[in-house]
Amino acid sequence: MNHKHTFFFAIIICFIFSIGQGHAQGLEKLLRNSQVSGNFQFDGMYYNKDSLIGAPDVPQKVLMNAFANINYTNGPFSAGFRFENYLYALQGFDPRYKGIGIPYRYASFEKDKFTITIGNSYDQFGSGLVYRAWQDASLGYDNSLDGINIKVNPWKGITLKGVWGQQRFYFDKGPGIVRGGDAEFVINDMFKKLNDKPLRVSIGGSFVSKYQDADDPVFNLPKNVAAYGGRGSISYKGFMINGEYAHKINDPSTVNNRIYKSGNATLLQLTYAQKGLGLYLAAIRTDNMSFKSDRDAEGNDLNINYIPSLAKQTTYSLPSIYTYGTQPNGEFGMQAQGIYTFKKKSVLGGKYGTNISLTYSRYNAINKKQVDDDTPIDSTGTLGYKSDYFKIGKEAYYENFNFEFSKKFNKTFKLIVDYFYIMYNAKVIEGHEQPNIHSHTVVVDMTFNINEKHSLRTELQHMYAKQGEGSWAYAMVEYTIAPKWFFSVSDMYNYGNSISEKRLHYYSVATAFAIGSTRISLNYGRQRAGIFCVGGVCRYVPAANGLTLSISSSF
Amino acid sequence: MKPTLCFSLLFLCCMATIFGQNEPVPNPIGLKKLPAVELKTLDNKTFNTKDISNDGKPIIISFWATWCKPCVNELTTISDVYDDWKEETGVKLIAISIDDSKTSGNVSPLVNGKSWDYEVYLDINSDFRRAMNVNLVPHTFVINGNNEIVWQHTSFSQGSELQLIDIVRKVAKGQTLPAE
Repeated sequence: MNHKHTFFFAIIICFIFSIGQGHAQGLEKLLRNSQVSGNFQFDGMYYNKDSLIGAPDVPQKVLMNAFANINYTNGPFSAGFRFENYLYALQGFDPRYKGIGIPYRYASFEKDKFTITIGNSYDQFGSGLVYRAWQDASLGYDNSLDGINIKVNPWKGITLKGVWGQQRFYFDKGPGIVRGGDAEFVINDMFKKLNDKPLRVSIGGSFVSKYQDADDPVFNLPKNVAAYGGRGSISYKGFMINGEYAHKINDPSTVNNRIYKSGNATLLQLTYAQKGLGLYLAAIRTDNMSFKSDRDAEGNDLNINYIPSLAKQTTYSLPSIYTYGTQPNGEFGMQAQGIYTFKKKSVLGGKYGTNISLTYSRYNAINKKQVDDDTPIDSTGTLGYKSDYFKIGKEAYYENFNFEFSKKFNKTFKLIVDYFYIMYNAKVIEGHEQPNIHSHTVVVDMTFNINEKHSLRTELQHMYAKQGEGSWAYAMVEYTIAPKWFFSVSDMYNYGNSISEKRLHYYSVATAFAIGSTRISLNYGRQRAGIFCVGGVCRYVPAANGLTLSISSSF
Repeated sequence: MKPTLCFSLLFLCCMATIFGQNEPVPNPIGLKKLPAVELKTLDNKTFNTKDISNDGKPIIISFWATWCKPCVNELTTISDVYDDWKEETGVKLIAISIDDSKTSGNVSPLVNGKSWDYEVYLDINSDFRRAMNVNLVPHTFVINGNNEIVWQHTSFSQGSELQLIDIVRKVAKGQTLPAE
């Protein structure tokens, strides 16, 4: 690793000097155009043992995650790296994040319609059904591709991309090699006549192949696995329709129990929007579409593609107890959403307008049939199952209905009211035997502006549920002195738990200070064990009790 | 990695800033220019951030996401007073959604459903977000008439918008900003 980084920085420095060689004017110009920027984040926690909520004894007492990005740009040239530090990683992050290193570094330049990046890159083809390299520090997710990434615009409206490399795997790289290409054609941009037409059309296609060596004594495993997809988008005034289809050849893996079935995924999105009204309708069907650069990888490791989740995501504490996580082996999901604003100065709108939104999302299994009478579904070494594309599986994974009302009544008072019905199949999503959970939650979120700088916000939430952990109540008071200070006190009370010893309070006290682009926050309290998700990607966070210090800054 | 090399790079960059100041440049305090990154418009057109412009008047750039409550709060709060702000200072707000393919389809319905009057772009691959070093959303920047970043703030609380418009007023008048 050391030699590589040394080499990398040597290249950057040579590049800088080679441009500015000789004449002083050039050098001055070069230096003047140089820009350095970056950011930093630190999260450290002191852990108390709390056997009531199940918070374990942490032998190190304090744990921390920290990273810093440093970027250098000079006109068409840019380079940068990310320093990461886990000593040791916070509870809930994979323990393989351990130690200090520079797992991300790159150099990139643009010339003659080409953008060439060497080192790590993040990119996606279409909506990511066959390829997406991305990062989310709060999830501990990073599958950047270390290698080369080339983008070229040979003609207006045409974008071609190529990637070739190995995926990041904690402080190492995955064993497989990933190679791929993508082409996108924005028809209206390609032909001058069509530039300003209201009907806009674009199409695209991508191909990705992974290579991993195999010498299994029992199975004849494919060393090369290809996935490819096509997509199209049509928009006309406020309407837009997007579709994408992807196919993957047989890819026996740990995730799919080593079946030889091919995989596919379809994503359809329909949007209508005009001032004051927004409608959204989407459906996704995935079938054996986990695509990893290591056939033995599990969980969130070494994903080449990305399956977006259409389940409604909320930041309110109680309804987010039950958040959907994407099922890689197959799912059928849909979402319908409508947002409407009653105009200002209308009867229902009042002085500031009134906003309402309705969202419904649902996930089911896909239809699965035995390949023949003697082979049970998902049997290792077989074709696994047959699936009728248009038949939805009987088993429901998740259902969410949400109604939101939000209104500013006057200069001092703003109200948001939410209702959520959530059905959660814990057996499928979390993998433990448990009846489906049906929950009803009401949220009342009120903001009072005391004066120009001081404001008070309260959240009252109640969740009714018979199954799972039963009913919860939640109250939070937040006081802010804009723009710098923030204080909050909250309590989440599991009063309806069927086990009386588990009727616990999860209290929390927090304060934060923000100045410019720096934010420092301190939080003391209990954190409930649960699943933390962003975009359908989830990680399990164990129960914790302690003091957290977070610092985030950028320059 | 050899720390000497790392430091030599940093040293070089520092020198770059120092040397840059010796020249009579239009921007003597070393403000950062906006990076050039490709984004998508809501109707699927490509837009390069180097084309961001407001005829020499200040610009607010706000990074947000549909799933981020404080972000939606901030943009709704500003929306209520946006007409007054535009009239007074000529400011333009550009909202950069960092929603990925999971939620990017919800952006246009939300923006329209909420009747926001902003210029909205999609940063689906977080390229602009990385180039602007945004860790957390909401993260708000104020850009002067030369497309230089003059001020930034992360997080939103009720009342923060008053500080924001104060900064914009000063930038519109060409005044220097007070140190925080």
